[in-house]
Amino acid sequence: MATESRPEEQPPAGRGGRGDAGAPGGRRAAAVRRAVAIGVAATAAGVARRYLTARQDGQGQDPTHRDAGSAPAPETRPVAPGADLSRSAPADRSAVDTASTATSPPPAAVTREAPAPAAATATRPSRTNPAVAEDLDRRRSIGEEIHDAAPTGDLDTMWDDHLLNLKLVNPANRRRFKVIVVGTGLAGAGAAATLSELGYQVEAFTLHDAPRRAHSVAAQGGINAAKGYKADGDSIDRLFRDTVKGGDFRAREADVHRLSEMSVRVIDHMTALGVPFAREYGGQIATRSFGGVQVSRTFYARGQTGQQLQIAGAQQLLKEVGAGRLTLHTRQEMLDLIVADGRAVGIVTRDMVTGDIVPHTAHAVVLATGGYGNVYFKSTLAKSSNVTATWRAHKRGALFANPCMIQFHPTSLPLTSEWQSKLTLMSESLRNDGRVWVPKEPGDDRAPEDIPEEERDYYLERMYPSFGNLAPRDISSRAAKIQLDAGKGVGPLRNGVYLDFRDAIARLGRKTMEERYGNLLELYTDATGEDPYTSPMRIAPGPHFAMGGLWTDYNQMSNVPGLFVGGEASFNYHGANRLGANSLLSASVDGWFVLPWTVADYLAPQLGQEPVPHDHPAVTSAVAEASGRVDQLLGIGGTTGPDVYHKELGQLLTDHVGVERSAEGLAKGADAIKDLKDDFWTNVRVVGHGQQLNQELERAGRLADYLELAELMALDALDRDESAGAHFRSEHQTEDGEALRDDEHWTSSSAWEAAPPDGTPTRRSEPLTFDAVPLATRSYK
Amino acid sequence: MRLTLEVWRQADAATPGRFERYEVDGVTAEVSMLELLDILNAQLVAEGREPVAFDHDCREGICGTCGIMVNGQPHGPEDHTPACLQRVRAFSDGDVVTLEPWRAGAFPVLRDLVVDRSALDRIIASGGYISTATNAAPEALSLPVNKHQSEAAMDHAACIGCGACVAACPNGAAQLFAGAKVAHLAELPQGQVERYERVRSMVATMESEFGSCTNYGECVPACPAAIGLDVIAHLNRDFRTAVVSERRGEVPERTDVRWLARLRGEAWWQSDPDDRPGDTPKRS
Ligand SMILES: Cc1cc2nc3c(=O)[nH]c(=O)nc-3n(C[C@H](O)[C@H](O)[C@H](O)COP(=O)(O)OP(=O)(O)OC[C@H]3O[C@@H](n4cnc5c(N)ncnc54)[C@H](O)[C@@H]3O)c2cc1C
Ligand code: SF4
Ligand code: FES
Repeated sequence: MATESRPEEQPPAGRGGRGDAGAPGGRRAAAVRRAVAIGVAATAAGVARRYLTARQDGQGQDPTHRDAGSAPAPETRPVAPGADLSRSAPADRSAVDTASTATSPPPAAVTREAPAPAAATATRPSRTNPAVAEDLDRRRSIGEEIHDAAPTGDLDTMWDDHLLNLKLVNPANRRRFKVIVVGTGLAGAGAAATLSELGYQVEAFTLHDAPRRAHSVAAQGGINAAKGYKADGDSIDRLFRDTVKGGDFRAREADVHRLSEMSVRVIDHMTALGVPFAREYGGQIATRSFGGVQVSRTFYARGQTGQQLQIAGAQQLLKEVGAGRLTLHTRQEMLDLIVADGRAVGIVTRDMVTGDIVPHTAHAVVLATGGYGNVYFKSTLAKSSNVTATWRAHKRGALFANPCMIQFHPTSLPLTSEWQSKLTLMSESLRNDGRVWVPKEPGDDRAPEDIPEEERDYYLERMYPSFGNLAPRDISSRAAKIQLDAGKGVGPLRNGVYLDFRDAIARLGRKTMEERYGNLLELYTDATGEDPYTSPMRIAPGPHFAMGGLWTDYNQMSNVPGLFVGGEASFNYHGANRLGANSLLSASVDGWFVLPWTVADYLAPQLGQEPVPHDHPAVTSAVAEASGRVDQLLGIGGTTGPDVYHKELGQLLTDHVGVERSAEGLAKGADAIKDLKDDFWTNVRVVGHGQQLNQELERAGRLADYLELAELMALDALDRDESAGAHFRSEHQTEDGEALRDDEHWTSSSAWEAAPPDGTPTRRSEPLTFDAVPLATRSYK
Repeated sequence: MRLTLEVWRQADAATPGRFERYEVDGVTAEVSMLELLDILNAQLVAEGREPVAFDHDCREGICGTCGIMVNGQPHGPEDHTPACLQRVRAFSDGDVVTLEPWRAGAFPVLRDLVVDRSALDRIIASGGYISTATNAAPEALSLPVNKHQSEAAMDHAACIGCGACVAACPNGAAQLFAGAKVAHLAELPQGQVERYERVRSMVATMESEFGSCTNYGECVPACPAAIGLDVIAHLNRDFRTAVVSERRGEVPERTDVRWLARLRGEAWWQSDPDDRPGDTPKRS
């Protein structure tokens, strides 16, 4: 059925001229790839079609776009100086650009309209309902386009070429540079440990009492890597393609390709660090397949993959602490970013035990502070997860990209009681062996065992025959919501669907199931008192992962020079939807294999400069502002605790910025959030004082930032007038209810500038081009 | 159900603490031990009183942040279960439940139920790792690992670092925690190079901060990761091997730059790996 649209059967179009050069079957082994990188097959790479970026004026523009004149001129934020752009590109970049513009029109397979010359202004959809458009214009302005500093060239060699062009710091000089790394998750621990190994002075910060506790520890299912250990046709290119498609064509090709390439090294590195990846009897590393793909490329350590990777990362960090080279600050919460002369030069932290608010300055700042899914209050994230670090950076000038892109995980446990404090995630790997179903009749309250086969609706298998229970997360979550909305929900609160292992147990035996999923199934029993070996599990969609985050360039540097971002805190790999097991990967790649190089490149020209002194006005004012905010929160003296507000905010977001959104709902939601925010600032009660361990104060501070973020999420969702991946606008769907992208107007990321006082936020667009993976409608049918 | 909670309240490390009694009502069976505290705290905040500080994060039994003594038992009445996954089911209407912080010399109380467990990390920092620099790893498949060994390593690596073993131990010893790490790394081929140096320095740090193990075995039921006493045997065996061979003047295989540096009393990154042990130490 509909086989021609099955992703893996599409010809490798758009890779023009690439497949023929030493690529058996169109796919090259990693070894060949490396050979290309070191120049052996340079000529093969040379004939490859050049990778086009949209950096030339007019590329990716649409003729219907409003011109610059009608949008208020945005206040120009400190953008990486022009020199930076050329710096990170290969030496022959200008020649390449000209040549490719002149000779390589986008391949025919690309469905996007041919670029038309236009002034470098913002995109604005012309088909927006005029009333909505007017409303939007009151809520936001549109600024200049933004472009990343991705180098040009062949994707296969782009990262290696780029590395050659990055500046290095002499080993003897590295001690003279200080780098602040906030967060000790996979991204933060990797970056901090590696930079420290290389010889830089590193100061690492975490709000936890130990580096190992970062939320990466909770990831269960696994980490993807294009090792191709199974003869199932996997390759770097396939992981690349799956990720671009899985993200519904809203992520950068260049970045995703790097992610796929480096995946191979992540597994090597993690194995060497002692991660006990699952093994086959012959001693090889085992893999399994994970939502949204049809190859087996997910590496795992029981149901505790994140824990094992995170512990390995934390151990490397502590190794550096033990060697006396890295300073680790635990129980320190970052409250603000310090920006002096347009550069990120430090952070302000609050000691969560003593309450002291102090500055730390350095030559560069890396934020690896995780995702913001907890804005929904009940999410699969840990309770301390927050947006404060990245939001404060945003307020200091960093662009916040795609805030509305939030993934709902299809297999979280449905709520069972009012006091349930969070949504527990059941790894999606369970969908490998479980079958999802609901009763055909709404309101059927028989026990699952009593519902005969013909009265069950295995709706994922029915709706998506080729991917079935493994359909990607956004699709599965929405399919579940449709069932729930139709009154077919199961369980006491009718808020779940079944995930049934009956057939798998019959096929594989209980023992194999225990081996594969033992602790997950135990967790379920623990939470619900039910035994998933005998009756089906109940699952429901829950907020899980933030695809959005601080905008970064190819170097993982934000538009504020010196501010680097990695892991879930950044935005660049997952587009509108993240593939399962790709996020441990992106955090690891950023931390171990990208940031250490790109940070060095930024540091190199600063040799001889000292970090900004603590009496610099930018430092003292940032500290004063952070203290002022804390005092303000403590001083409101209202009547309602922060958690009450947070629950209310979560409900507003779930209702209006959830699995499905509409213009009407979003506008209403945005207004309601604003009202809630105003109420919070007049009526919150934060008991206790500031000079102590005060968890109410921590919660209030994080919530204050979440309230602002939530407003921007609703605005971004309202602004993005299409459906893409996890962002599903009910106005934009196909006849059979699938997401309808608007590639003509929205093949872009939205990067938001913070609103000036009494102003509105400004949206800037980064146009995206899809040359290697031609734009196509995602189909998992 | 209605429960009476006796909760340890302590303003900070320097101020003496005391128990305070609270009543909570309307608790249902599937509420977790931490949600019980949430309910209490919501009540306290609504009354304008300071909520009870307690550590928690993932609430799914993996981060190791939570940890309280419930009626004198680490994490609660159920064995092998962290506080966040313990359910109120275990109690009946009208019960009095005592909630205290971890009690151990190495874990000073910071406030209410929150303690400082950084001593555990100092054990890890003194050797609980494999020293492989980023980008220096060989192809993962070049080192096949026997499935049983890998599973055993995983069993030990499952430790969540909560410190319940220390809290359970009448001696306040950290042998289960340290043993789990030693056994995890010693089980794998990658962990062999630093195996004996690792155990020596981890034990040295452990003994300087924690009590000594006398095989009470109280730690085992308290451990959420079901780490077994075998890891303590493993720790002792490796430690003995390391010490005996050193007494005999044998040097276990030492190609480790850090070890060489320590021998010479200098920072390892300044150390030249080509200088072999026995060379005159260059002190700076
Ligand atoms: C339940 C669950 C299961 C998952 N399963 C998978 C999976 O199977 N596969 C997969 O690929 N991905 C999975 N993910 C996603 C993945 O785990 C995360 O995206 C990834 O681990 C994020 O890593 P990170 O390093 O960016 O951030 P984190 O690991 O979240 O680390 C954030 C760090 O920042 C610190 N921090 C945050 N804010 C501040 C502040 N203001 N001041 C100081 N420090 C701060 C924290 O202390 C912490 O150290 C899962 C996520 C969840 C929630
Ligand atoms: S050994 Fe068990 S009890 Fe001790 S820290 Fe590890 S998980 Fe906790
Ligand atoms: S809160 Fe994470 S283990 Fe209990």
